[in-house]
Amino acid sequence: MHVVVLTKNTPDTAAAVTVDADGNLNTGDAHVVNPWDEYAITEAILLKGDHGVNVTVMTVGTTEHEEALKHGLAIGCDQAIRIWDDALADHDSVVYAKAVAAAITKLGDVDLVIFGKEFSDSGADQHIFQVARKLGYNLLGFVAKIDAIDFGAKTIRVQRLTEQGTQIVTSALPAVISVMKDINEPKYPTFIGIRKAAKAAIPVWDAGELGLDDDDLAPKTERVEYRALAQREGSAVIIEGADAAAKAAALVDKLLEEKVL
Amino acid sequence: MSALVWIEQYNGQALSSSWEALGKAKQLFPDGPVTAVVFGEAIDDVVAAAFHYGADRVVKADDPTLAAYRCEPYVALLVNVVEALEPEVVLASATTAGRELFAGAALDLDAGLLADVTELKLDDGWLEAVRPVLGGKVMSVETVIGDGAQFATLRARAFQALAPDTSRSGDVIEVTPVLTEAAIATKIESVADTSGQISLTDANIVVAGGRGVGGENGFDPVRELADVLGAAVGASRAAVDAGWIVYEHQVGQTGKVVAPDLYIAAGISGAIQHQAGIRAAKVIVAINTDADAPIFKLATYGIVGDLFEVLPALTDAFKRKLG
Ligand SMILES: Cc1cc2nc3c(=O)[nH]c(=O)nc-3n(C[C@H](O)[C@H](O)[C@H](O)COP(=O)(O)OP(=O)(O)OC[C@H]3O[C@@H](n4cnc5c(N)ncnc54)[C@H](O)[C@@H]3O)c2cc1C
Ligand SMILES: Nc1ncnc2c1ncn2[C@@H]1O[C@H](COP(=O)(O)O)[C@@H](O)[C@H]1O
Repeated sequence: MHVVVLTKNTPDTAAAVTVDADGNLNTGDAHVVNPWDEYAITEAILLKGDHGVNVTVMTVGTTEHEEALKHGLAIGCDQAIRIWDDALADHDSVVYAKAVAAAITKLGDVDLVIFGKEFSDSGADQHIFQVARKLGYNLLGFVAKIDAIDFGAKTIRVQRLTEQGTQIVTSALPAVISVMKDINEPKYPTFIGIRKAAKAAIPVWDAGELGLDDDDLAPKTERVEYRALAQREGSAVIIEGADAAAKAAALVDKLLEEKVL
Repeated sequence: MSALVWIEQYNGQALSSSWEALGKAKQLFPDGPVTAVVFGEAIDDVVAAAFHYGADRVVKADDPTLAAYRCEPYVALLVNVVEALEPEVVLASATTAGRELFAGAALDLDAGLLADVTELKLDDGWLEAVRPVLGGKVMSVETVIGDGAQFATLRARAFQALAPDTSRSGDVIEVTPVLTEAAIATKIESVADTSGQISLTDANIVVAGGRGVGGENGFDPVRELADVLGAAVGASRAAVDAGWIVYEHQVGQTGKVVAPDLYIAAGISGAIQHQAGIRAAKVIVAINTDADAPIFKLATYGIVGDLFEVLPALTDAFKRKLG
């Protein structure tokens, strides 16, 4: 009974972001654990409490992502694995999926893989879906609640949020799930947890160890450049008026005049 | 050169954002053929509409196992269709289902996928897209470099559907599912359907409330204005975290990204994470008691005032003007 949770570091969501003349990105030095992953890590720890599962926290990334792994260890994950290789420097979601799937296959006994809803930096959730597909596991995205999970009978029942409403879905383990923000109240590291995590040795699995060949490592998409946003013009035109009714009437006239409606 | 567009349907009704993807495919491939792909049960109306919105032909699979979207049967069948027709480009709307289906199919085909894009072009046969990253704070320009079909999912309201032409029709190619029900582990037991409500991501107008509404009842004036305008209701995370409204309404970095013609923010300070969700709005109106609130830097129009006075006044004024 083994649960794997995936995480990564991302630039602080409050940080200012700039793009230079060559289309390179500067996000500043402040990094945080991908906010969505707080829920994924917490969910894994809750399952550990209820079902006694072994929890591995995993990332694909350079040393700076160890911070996210240590955060997971400090909250109670049993072990951490960092996947990295210089050949992964330009990885896209397909390469990511192959690397993560290889690592999970190597662990051998994994029943459930948990992701946060998306990566807040790339805004992409395709990594999650592609890991599931590569592993051949059942995929349950956007889970708002695990209603029931039975690691012995290999069954799972969840509530998923879709555009059309909340679905109740049953499926079989092994499965990959992505969790929404409402699923739990995130746990935070304890002092003892942080001390333990700081001392933990985190193995690095490279392409050779994962059996990835040149084909596996070849990305299918590439970033050309970053582009700054087109600036919205200046500040708001403040609508004046004697009272709320006068201001409201003036605004409505303006919106109709400009054919916003 | 040819393109394939997956038309998403729910209960036999196509999603309007699917027509936007079809419109984009026609623009990229004016000489066609653009093939619409429709999976579901009892979907003849969707097939007919696909021709009206520009499809040159339709691939259709009508089967109970495909009634509602599920990852396994849909991915397996889409992969089959792409292998048979060998399109250069495969497009869909970037809904949760669209993003999941295309990620799965692209992986199976070892192909490139550009997800949730707001601009898209063909450059010497290669798809190049602009997509918002870092919570919409910057745009990333990305291109496909892998062989085979090139996949992209298109953000709702970022592209235009063609005006429907009801005189159009064409060939329908019928295909059958790859997986039988017994081979599909995932079963949908029930759906608490909220699709009657106006969807935030498809809405022309969004009226949103934040911590400033002060409580659950504070959303009443927000809803009243939304009703008059036929708008969807949004909320800041502060309002959601306070338990005044459910998470489905949250707009922002950890909520929904919206792109309405008009976004009205009442009692929302305009934190960077909230801004991430509303940058694509054409016109933003901010209502806030604090003239220094950051939302006024982003907004097109601002009213400095108490939302409990301004929102009802707006509701009255719109009622008068719109009849
Ligand atoms: C990782 C992360 C992700 C986040 N994701 C999101 C997200 O997706 N969406 C989101 O919204 N936030 C998000 N946040 C939270 C965000 O930082 C802000 O805390 C939040 O947006 C504040 O909500 P608010 O504007 O409603 O509240 P406040 O900042 O408290 O603002 C309330 C505003 O209401 C005004 N006001 C009060 N009373 C009235 C009145 N009677 N009439 C008019 N105006 C009034 C006040 O002047 C004030 O400007 C995220 C934060 C983090 C760290
Ligand atoms: N009724 C109000 N009128 C004006 N400003 C308010 C009102 N309520 C809250 N604020 C402001 O809203 C922000 C957040 O308020 P609070 O949620 O009460 O901490 C602060 O900047 C307050 O000054």
